[in-house]
Amino acid sequence: MMGILQYEFMQRAFIAALLVSVACGIVGTYVVIKRIVSLSGAISHAAFGGIGLGYFLGLNPILTAIPFSIVSAFSIGAIHEKINISEDTAIGIIWSVGMAIGILFINLTPGYSPDLFSYLFGSILTVSNSDIIIMVILDILIIGIVYLFQREFLSIAFDEEYSKVLGIHSELIYILLLSLVALSVVVLIKVVGVILVIALLAIPAAITKQYTSDLKKLMFMSTITGMFFTSLGLLLSYIFNLSSGAIIVLVLAAGFLISYYIK
Amino acid sequence: MNSKAIELKNVNIKYNENPVLKDINLTIEENDFMAIIGPNGGGKSTLAKIILGILKPDSGKVLIFGRKPEDTRQLMGYLPQKVSFYHDFPINVFQTVLSGRYHGLFKGHNKDDHIAVIKALKDVDMLEFKDWQINRLSGGQMQRVFIARAIVREPKILLMDEPMASIDPEMQNAFYSLLSKLKNEMTIILVSHDVGTVLTQVDKIACLNSTLYFHGPVEEAADGLEELYKCPLELVTHGIPHRVLKKH
Ligand SMILES: Nc1ncnc2c1ncn2[C@@H]1O[C@H](COP(=O)(O)OP(=O)(O)OP(=O)(O)O)[C@@H](O)[C@H]1O
Ligand SMILES: [Mg+2]
Repeated sequence: MMGILQYEFMQRAFIAALLVSVACGIVGTYVVIKRIVSLSGAISHAAFGGIGLGYFLGLNPILTAIPFSIVSAFSIGAIHEKINISEDTAIGIIWSVGMAIGILFINLTPGYSPDLFSYLFGSILTVSNSDIIIMVILDILIIGIVYLFQREFLSIAFDEEYSKVLGIHSELIYILLLSLVALSVVVLIKVVGVILVIALLAIPAAITKQYTSDLKKLMFMSTITGMFFTSLGLLLSYIFNLSSGAIIVLVLAAGFLISYYIK
Repeated sequence: MNSKAIELKNVNIKYNENPVLKDINLTIEENDFMAIIGPNGGGKSTLAKIILGILKPDSGKVLIFGRKPEDTRQLMGYLPQKVSFYHDFPINVFQTVLSGRYHGLFKGHNKDDHIAVIKALKDVDMLEFKDWQINRLSGGQMQRVFIARAIVREPKILLMDEPMASIDPEMQNAFYSLLSKLKNEMTIILVSHDVGTVLTQVDKIACLNSTLYFHGPVEEAADGLEELYKCPLELVTHGIPHRVLKKH
């Protein structure tokens, strides 16, 4: 079984699986406890606009996805404060507008767009060294920001109105939290693609939340859970020669079902 | 001479063109112990949020110790009428109260914070629950935790919106004796529907139904109260002694 690790692309794939699990475990915990799963779905789909831009400009689409997902995070954060637009509506708009922009850019790009499919559904087997470097940097950024702003994040996730009374700039902190979601989305695109990202953010934390009510443990256990299931999914997709993103998502979902029933 | 803790000048606010507070002028002195009373929908919670600076009035001025509400947040302790949170949120009683000791960006909690949390939990008789996740608490226990979160800040102004909602009689007594200790150290404002009880406890009252009918010492409030609730005093107060309320 260890034989598959002799291939360099498999080594990179496993490293990528471990790296994305860190982002998923930490940010996914907030996504689940603040109930912003579908909002995170909007951010990930909007990132597709950036991927299209990357094709159009001939740049690494992962890099051009960053500003797109950040901008969509900011827009949703700004709408959050307006009582006359529901967040639900904003999610629908941003979700589809991002995708539409991506499709337009790809239309405008001359010639055939190779591996477009991999940005939609992921292809962990084609992770490059530079992708891994981007993942490491984003992981470090995420850990650093969460460490520095843990009290503020906890406060706005638990009781947003009270956080204002405490003197926390809750709108800015909320936007910062959504930006973390945006960064995690970027980390995850290579692995599962924009369409399946949301499963990796939500499921590990949803599994472990049944077993602990301590936030730090929740983050740590979600990371470990994510590492286990993404590696398992990767292994299975290699053995059966099936799409890695899809298998990882299905393995996670199966893990959730099993954990729910044995609980 | 006492200094002014809270000053509201000609404060007006509307929700969707529907005026909720009209031309409110109210001064609360430092170390006052005041109750705000009035019917449902009278604007009491709205007034509390204006004092805290989480709602902005459409017109008028709000000063807290002479400064803007946004700049005086460190001085305020607040118990909301209703806390909306997800009941399965991963946080325990201790952490909930500790979140009330917020010092600002990049400033962690220290030893004093932990001591203050333990003390506040003792004051509301919830220390034995400190490691419980909040979704295991009853409604009244939860209310006590949020009272602890308000007092743990050692605020200069303590603003409590319906603190006695779902609190049992024994704890109510304990709560009022706690407030009588605290009132020497801070300005206390209670929003309450239990007019009878509250009048025997506080020094001043404000009668609010969209406009301010009366504010001042409890003894002089009789006419204001009748006007506010449009019914005889005995009904409003459930027959509290007339030595507290003198009718003019
Ligand atoms: N977010 C809001 N949007 C629209 N109208 C609101 C909002 N909050 C309060 N109101 C309206 O403002 C008025 C005052 O509400 P407020 O909550 O301040 O009353 P209250 O005196 O605290 O009442 P209660 O005794 O029931 O707590 C009510 O008529 C209410 O319908
Ligand atoms: Mg109210």
